Amino acid sequence: MSEVTGPGATAASIAAAVSAGEVTARAVTEAALSRIAALNPCLNAFTDVLAERALATAERVDASRAAGEALGPLAGVPFAVKNLFDIEGLPTRAGSLINRERAPASRDGALVRRMEAAGAVLLGGLNMGEYAYDFTGENAHDGASRNPHDPLRMTGGSSGGSGGAVASGMVPLALGSDTNGSIRVPSSFCGLFGLKPTYGRLSRAGSFPFVGSFDHLGPLGRSVADLALSYDAMQGADPDDPAQAPRPPEPVSGMIEGGTGGLRIAVLGGHFARSGDPDCFAALARVAAALGVEARVELPEAARARAAAYVITAAEGAALHLDRLRERPADFDPATRDRLIAGAAIPAAWVQHAQRFRRWHREKVLELFDKVDILLAPSTPCRAPAIGQATIVMDGATLPLRPNIGVFTQPISFIGLPVCAVPVWLDGGLPLGVQVIAAPWREDLALRVARALERGGTAGCRAGPG
Amino acid sequence: MSADPFPALPDDATLLAFIDAATALNGIPLDPAWRGEVLANLRAIGNSARMVLSFRLEDEAEPAPVFTA
Repeated sequence: MSEVTGPGATAASIAAAVSAGEVTARAVTEAALSRIAALNPCLNAFTDVLAERALATAERVDASRAAGEALGPLAGVPFAVKNLFDIEGLPTRAGSLINRERAPASRDGALVRRMEAAGAVLLGGLNMGEYAYDFTGENAHDGASRNPHDPLRMTGGSSGGSGGAVASGMVPLALGSDTNGSIRVPSSFCGLFGLKPTYGRLSRAGSFPFVGSFDHLGPLGRSVADLALSYDAMQGADPDDPAQAPRPPEPVSGMIEGGTGGLRIAVLGGHFARSGDPDCFAALARVAAALGVEARVELPEAARARAAAYVITAAEGAALHLDRLRERPADFDPATRDRLIAGAAIPAAWVQHAQRFRRWHREKVLELFDKVDILLAPSTPCRAPAIGQATIVMDGATLPLRPNIGVFTQPISFIGLPVCAVPVWLDGGLPLGVQVIAAPWREDLALRVARALERGGTAGCRAGPG
Repeated sequence: MSADPFPALPDDATLLAFIDAATALNGIPLDPAWRGEVLANLRAIGNSARMVLSFRLEDEAEPAPVFTA
């Protein structure tokens, strides 16, 4: 097996080799399908494997090359998507039992189409927490996604299969969604790079929604360059997403080697310096030390921002699912259903106040970015918990695990800031993520810092046991 | 903009009565076995809401019609 058909190959190396004719897209795809067949029975990352479609797509890439046509920047790169993305011919299940009775999607979601237009090869749909209301990667209908670094541990969620598929080497890239942390949490628990772009940057058309106010889509990968490649391929206006901002594409792949010189970087204190295990702060300290960062700033009213995100999430999620709650409540994952029923009872004034606060908070945070370019914070308060674990100890108090995994991610997505989550390995144990947070529309800066950390060896991915 | 505490949430019996009324209003059939978890979730949401509602905003502070980061 050559390096580019192996489990550690990056998207960039695969695309370069396919474009140069050193390997065929079909061979890369077959190798990835073999890994899925070997690993998925244990890791439960894929819910749908599309071998026939993938091989046909790969053959089209190979035929294009044989015809002398220019190939895209992701030529022959296998990828997979959280199963809330529309995949033509499949019902978009979004981790639920109910949705798999929907009509099959008539076309792929917008980002799937853009990835394939760049030459990538879709291999299938990935496991996720039901309706994305989840930080664990557990699922009552499809079983838990399992962490490749320890299959008894959570992948994190809700993009759990995305984390497991990439960390195990089944595919070099996966797409996920992040409403309150669902890309950044599995990136932390599985030891991956993950990009949650600015709210409104990438089209969400053709994906099953959760909370329109906070829903983002983005990639998880094993290198910063791969995140940048896929992010660039997915940019572009799409009138089918009403929340997409009217901005032209701003490619970043040529900018990630820019280093950290001249960037004003600070560690977030206050809310982000409490309620976590010592390990998560050790990971943050290692990143800060590598960057020579001593400055510390506070995100204004961060705890209240998290609380407001919690309220809006419950209310908007409940509103989205109200008909299903009325008609088929017993068919939900209980962990999802009971939160949504509670969310349906929330007074409207609470939600409106949270949205008013959101705008106030945004203005205060933008003022902070007059003084700094990059903020650093832990991604998760702990390493990957055991599957089935229900509680977590925070600041000496035993609390429910599920909602509190997102204690550090929720305030950031609340106002849509772009984040690159970077994986840190403190020791021989499981990894932990650190959020590299930039001002709106400055994904380039977050990726530059992430790449500097990767280049210096502070952040990086390790192959799972598969 | 001061931060006055919003009143504490009512006791469990009052919240359960509210849940029963709200689910009836929404037409959601509530299995009695689910009430305890729904109550725990409503309390968690309510405690978050208290924190937000305790933060006074000017009357002119409107939510963004289409939020832009």
